[in-house]
Amino acid sequence: MADNLPLEVLKPKDFASDQDVRWCPGCGDYAILNQVKKVLAKMGARKEHTVFVAGIGCSSRFPYYVDTYGMHSIHGRAPAFVSGIKIANPDLDVWMVTGDGDGLSIGGNHLLHILRRNINVNIMLFNNEIYGLTKGQYSPTSPEGKKTKSSPMGSIDMPLSPISVAIAAEASFVARAVDVDKDLGDILERAANHRGASFVEIFQDCNIFNHFAFKYATDKDEKEDATIKLEHGKPMVFGKNRDKGLRLTGDHKIEIVELGKGISEDDLLFHDEHDESLAFLLSRLKHPEFPEPLGVFYSVKDDCYEDLLTKQVTVAQESRGVGNLYDLYNSGDTWEVKNPGEGVQAPGLQLED
Amino acid sequence: MTVKSKQEVVNVDKATVRFAGDSGDGMQLAGMRFTDTSAMIGNDIATLPDFPAEIRAPAGTVAGVSGFQVNFASTEIYTPGDEVDALIAMNPAAFKANIRDVRAGGIVIVNESEFTKVNLRKAGYGENDANPLDDEAVAQKYKLYKVPITRLTEESLADSSLGAKDVGRCKNMYALGLIYFLYDRPLDVTVRYLEDYFGKKKKMPEVATANVQALKAGFHFGETAEMFPVRYQVAKAPIEAGTYRRITGNEAAAMGLVTASKKAGKDLIYCTYPITPASDILHYLAAMRNFGVKTFQAEDEIAAVCAAIGVAFAGQLGVTGTSGPGVALKGEAIGLAVMLELPLLVINVQRGGPSTGLPTKAEQSDLFQAMYGRNGDCPMPVLAPQSPADCFDLIIEAVKIALESMCPVMFLSDGYIANGAEPWRIPNPDDIAEFKVTHASDPETFQGYARNDKLARPWAIPGTPGLQHRVGGLEKQHKTGNVNYDPENHQLMTNLRREKVAKIAERIPDLEIEGDATGDVLLLGWGGTYGAITSAKNALRAQGKKVSSAHLRYLNPMPRNVGDVLKGFKHVIVPELNTGQLRTIIRGKYLVDARGLNKVQGKPFLIEEIEQAVNLMLDGKWGDRLYLEPHNHQVRIEDQDLSKYL
Repeated sequence: MADNLPLEVLKPKDFASDQDVRWCPGCGDYAILNQVKKVLAKMGARKEHTVFVAGIGCSSRFPYYVDTYGMHSIHGRAPAFVSGIKIANPDLDVWMVTGDGDGLSIGGNHLLHILRRNINVNIMLFNNEIYGLTKGQYSPTSPEGKKTKSSPMGSIDMPLSPISVAIAAEASFVARAVDVDKDLGDILERAANHRGASFVEIFQDCNIFNHFAFKYATDKDEKEDATIKLEHGKPMVFGKNRDKGLRLTGDHKIEIVELGKGISEDDLLFHDEHDESLAFLLSRLKHPEFPEPLGVFYSVKDDCYEDLLTKQVTVAQESRGVGNLYDLYNSGDTWEVKNPGEGVQAPGLQLED
Repeated sequence: MTVKSKQEVVNVDKATVRFAGDSGDGMQLAGMRFTDTSAMIGNDIATLPDFPAEIRAPAGTVAGVSGFQVNFASTEIYTPGDEVDALIAMNPAAFKANIRDVRAGGIVIVNESEFTKVNLRKAGYGENDANPLDDEAVAQKYKLYKVPITRLTEESLADSSLGAKDVGRCKNMYALGLIYFLYDRPLDVTVRYLEDYFGKKKKMPEVATANVQALKAGFHFGETAEMFPVRYQVAKAPIEAGTYRRITGNEAAAMGLVTASKKAGKDLIYCTYPITPASDILHYLAAMRNFGVKTFQAEDEIAAVCAAIGVAFAGQLGVTGTSGPGVALKGEAIGLAVMLELPLLVINVQRGGPSTGLPTKAEQSDLFQAMYGRNGDCPMPVLAPQSPADCFDLIIEAVKIALESMCPVMFLSDGYIANGAEPWRIPNPDDIAEFKVTHASDPETFQGYARNDKLARPWAIPGTPGLQHRVGGLEKQHKTGNVNYDPENHQLMTNLRREKVAKIAERIPDLEIEGDATGDVLLLGWGGTYGAITSAKNALRAQGKKVSSAHLRYLNPMPRNVGDVLKGFKHVIVPELNTGQLRTIIRGKYLVDARGLNKVQGKPFLIEEIEQAVNLMLDGKWGDRLYLEPHNHQVRIEDQDLSKYL
């Protein structure tokens, strides 16, 4: 049987399923799919041990296109399916694919809870700031004033930051990447290697309904000034000429400074992936006022829910013995009926005085 | 030793006792202890707890009254009893809320200490109203005993080291002791319980001592006060030999689930969100980690069912439990399970609806929801237990069907069954048949949506080499399971999902008729009304009436012989605690003129109500009426017009 054969080395293309990919030509999802397949191959993932779970939306068709186990579930609920899968079999490598509508609107609740429980899953949130599959309504990440079919006079919803939400929800790994950026693969690899719930927001271009929403983060001329790469232990330098940096002010706000003129890299903020407060501050930086951070915001080690639950079973079995049905049925007060059909007088008072 | 009391001892076949007090008075505990003692000395028992939805409604008010009724008998009984033979009312509110259920000539013991002006007002007696205890009519109708239970409890515990508040809490045991005296029951079972529970488990030996002391004091008061001229004895019931325990429906469901998981060779993973009256199943299962049981208290009802489906996808036994409002939220996900064709058990412990409704009261109004409450043509098997102990057997059946047919199954319990208790003859676990599950493993022949003779698709679980496949809520192509929008394919798949459920009828038992196979009236029921229907049928047959009964435990699909059973009777009456859901299904499916006895009052049927309905039918009084309703425990034609109540 297959068990006795040496493990076959899989290439990215081996992770392609036999289904035709049906995203719109030019969609950012293609780039992400390719990066994921590369990461799977690079990590030596086994197809049969890997599960992709998605909700509903364009991004959520993802499981159909990878030759692993997969579930295209219902809108917003992917985290709950993942939780059940991981509780039932903690050994599986599970990836979850969601979008800004699926993960933050209809499924916002579930996202909070899978993060705080720290279930060992790799969550990719494709953020295109629009509802694509329903043909172009504003989403919970669309900027204020965004004109769409459902907001012809401009959206009056305050958008939320997926990264801020994840940090507030006690996530143990939080990162951001761009669909067409080569760093996406590295970040996904780190996310996959993180034990616990890893959350990666991916800026993804919907070229039909929200084209160029992230032009500032992809355009060669703009991106160096409009984004900043986070590197653990390194000063926060950015700009085409690497001449700008981020500094903490006295009242714990972030400001942009120019290097030189008495300001050196030592005066800048140094990224610390273990600092939750810093991660949150960084998550509030928005284009165009600030460069938007890309990379790993936050990463800490913490126990996983499914491991703790399995441990409770082990501890219970060690301390109380493995349960057997006979004892279960006979627990509590029981009584014998020996002579059926006999109308025996009930016993009187039995008091030990 | 046996007490030789001066009182006359009268033997009775059965008696119904109701403990009623404030929701903090410990009435459920007193009632449960009385039940255990009665069961252990050999009576048949049936219980009905009745408590408010509020944890602590304003003290002393009618809204805050908590009651526990127990029927114990030397004969076989099926219900907690229609009328109360003895009521213990711990305050005026309890008296007010319960007195009308006591039979004429019945015993009423009141805690006289609590019948103060303030408490009478809280119970809704007006400033100028007389104390009901001074009411001549009350004294004439009932055997009224005024016992200052609070004061006597305090006096009996004068030497206790406990504070006044804790001493006050022992009054339920004082009252229980008094009732034990009245019905000639031993104290040892309760003493042992109090010592174990308070002494050993809660590590409060002084509380255990005080409770035992109060219990004995209550008993001795009955013995010495010469207040009660008569004591009652209820002999052992002729029940089948074996070892017994008391069991509630929720306990039986939890034990059945663990049993089913062992018999199927699967881990039980119970995914749920707390909701009355289903939460106890979670509590029982959460304490069973040593059986390998995992419980997942999800963030909401939707997450709970989705997690259970995730469990099934990963190859274990996923179960979700809730009540009607929770099922409403789970509907979309249950539809997904129908589409994914994965095994799933959904437990609905029904309560009064719609919306939040009556959370702690009994109703059977979610049958339509179970049958039809999802988008699309979305059939699923529906099973309903008929008594607390039946939850054990039937939930094992439900799990078996889910695993065999690869589909979600609805288990429709209700608050009456879930919280009610009856004696359960403990089975030998080895006598329960195994139904081990097999999984697909051969990549050469694997097709995700190929079907076996039960029309079930293969269960291929992650971790199995070569069987990688994708499932989802989009329509599937027959056999391959790929996404498919072809018109004929959707027709075929819809038909297959329907036929798969219909085929289960080949594997379930026929509907049993209790009584003759032909006659004037068939009482057709389902769920927790079994006891009342059976008792009514027995009473009517004893009067020579041609009445039979049949109880549907399988509601979808129904047993194959239902149509034939119905044909044997001139009239079919369907008593239900809803406005006619099974009746509508029966009429539509079998084209018979089934009529209903319908009640939605948060309380189970009285036996008497069913008898009256049948008699009206036998007397030709129903006319064209599709259904009758009992009002104030009477079924009368003149009460049926809604305008009367407006």
